[in-house]
Amino acid sequence: MSLLFDAALCLLLVAGALGVVTARGARRAVLAFIGYGLLLGLAWVRLDGLDVALTEIAIGSGISGVVLLRAVRAVPEAPRPGTRPLAALLSVGVAAALSVMVLALPEPAPTRAHDVAAALPATDLGNPVTGVLLVFRALDTLLEKVVLLLALVGVWALSRDPSWSGRPAPLSSEPASAPSAFLARVLAPVGLLVGLYLLWVGADAPGGAFQSGAVLAAMGLLLLMGGQIRPPRTSSPRLRLLLLAGPLGFLAVGFSGWATAGVFLGYPPGWEKPVIIAVEVAITISIAVTLCLIVLGPPSAEEGT
Amino acid sequence: MTGVTLFGLAGAILAGCGVYGLLSAGGGLGRILGFNVLGGGVFLIFGAVARRGAAAGFHADPVPQALVITGIVVAFCATALALALLVRLREVEAGPAPDDGKRETER
Amino acid sequence: MSALVNAFTLLCVAAGIAFYAAGTLGLVRLSDTLSRIHALTKADNLGLALIVLGLLPQAASLLDGAKMVAVWLLAQLASGAVAQVMAEAVMAEAVMAEAVEVGVASAPGDGPT
Repeated sequence: MSLLFDAALCLLLVAGALGVVTARGARRAVLAFIGYGLLLGLAWVRLDGLDVALTEIAIGSGISGVVLLRAVRAVPEAPRPGTRPLAALLSVGVAAALSVMVLALPEPAPTRAHDVAAALPATDLGNPVTGVLLVFRALDTLLEKVVLLLALVGVWALSRDPSWSGRPAPLSSEPASAPSAFLARVLAPVGLLVGLYLLWVGADAPGGAFQSGAVLAAMGLLLLMGGQIRPPRTSSPRLRLLLLAGPLGFLAVGFSGWATAGVFLGYPPGWEKPVIIAVEVAITISIAVTLCLIVLGPPSAEEGT
Repeated sequence: MTGVTLFGLAGAILAGCGVYGLLSAGGGLGRILGFNVLGGGVFLIFGAVARRGAAAGFHADPVPQALVITGIVVAFCATALALALLVRLREVEAGPAPDDGKRETER
Repeated sequence: MSALVNAFTLLCVAAGIAFYAAGTLGLVRLSDTLSRIHALTKADNLGLALIVLGLLPQAASLLDGAKMVAVWLLAQLASGAVAQVMAEAVMAEAVMAEAVEVGVASAPGDGPT
């Protein structure tokens, strides 16, 4: 019975992907992509990857969708080229090669679950994915935070010279409509609560810093769309402090790991859980602010200086 | 043929669709979407590998899943930067704005 | 007893799916954007309500059931507000298109944005 459901979901996924790459017009492709992202999230639930499903829906489909929709407004539609047979051949080849690889995966499947299970009790965490992200592969997460920051700096660098330290353009040129403002005022507190809950519960159940940061960023965007807050100045020192709190806090913990645990990014023995939670709070704040600012885009000409 | 293998095969087909979109789309936006579909397909294959590695009381191997979470965030960063570049390129092609070239000291 | 509960769940979820299908049919077949928004919003809200109602007996605890009802309330709030915002955008576009026809305003693609 569940095999039938999985088969139907896979068919829908393939149909969605084909819809994205063969859509007539950029906007249809983007809307198909947002729907396809939600289906992908469902596939992750079936694969027992609830943390990944949350991240895929929040960041892969949700926030990516917002950035894509904003870009579609500014980019004129390109003419559709005819089907290129060489590209089709290459893509069929790639799909075939990957399928053969999937069918030929080794039978006693190799796994790192045993190592994780052995090392997890020392960190006092119940969610193994959070443990991998923040403890065992903490270097990846640290570098990922830096990549987020680099992307933001790259987006900011695309502003015109005179407006470098100004505010990003508001999300729409007209003042927010009443339903938008109502939704922002009612939904944002609930979303804030859900985001904080996702952060807190990520230690023992699916959730964590990235999912929480994405939900908080979405609430920030909602408040901006509802006209409740203004985009901040990019030169504001408070904003830059919030942006840097995550990477610098994580780096500080990393360097102090030499003193306390003898290794870079080692947690002080006996204090793992509090330090992990502190690092998670810092990264979540940074992720939320960075994601929100990436969506807003480069600073543009100030209204009235 | 278990459900997990089905998802792995679907991931392979999604990667193929993504490659097609990357190569044949009209304009930068189509290519960016193709790149994202390709990424989604590859991540799904990771997911199948992770699910097959279920052991020690976990329903799936957590290490590939953590790698995929990192991958999703990095793919979003790349997408956002590429889109910002695309939008700026269109602005430049559309013609210079009246205040381009003004130096900061003149403000 | 549990057979009755399962039958109730199946019935409600099936009815909810039928409403979703009706909404999708409206989306595909209706000609006007405003009618489509109306059909989709009404059908989706009612469909979700029936699905949540059907799943309530299957919930593991009272808190889980309350979470499902909260999801339904939030979905109603969001879809109601979004439908209004979309409708306003559609009306604004229609007014703009009429003004262009009459010759009062220039079409959106003509001048620099």
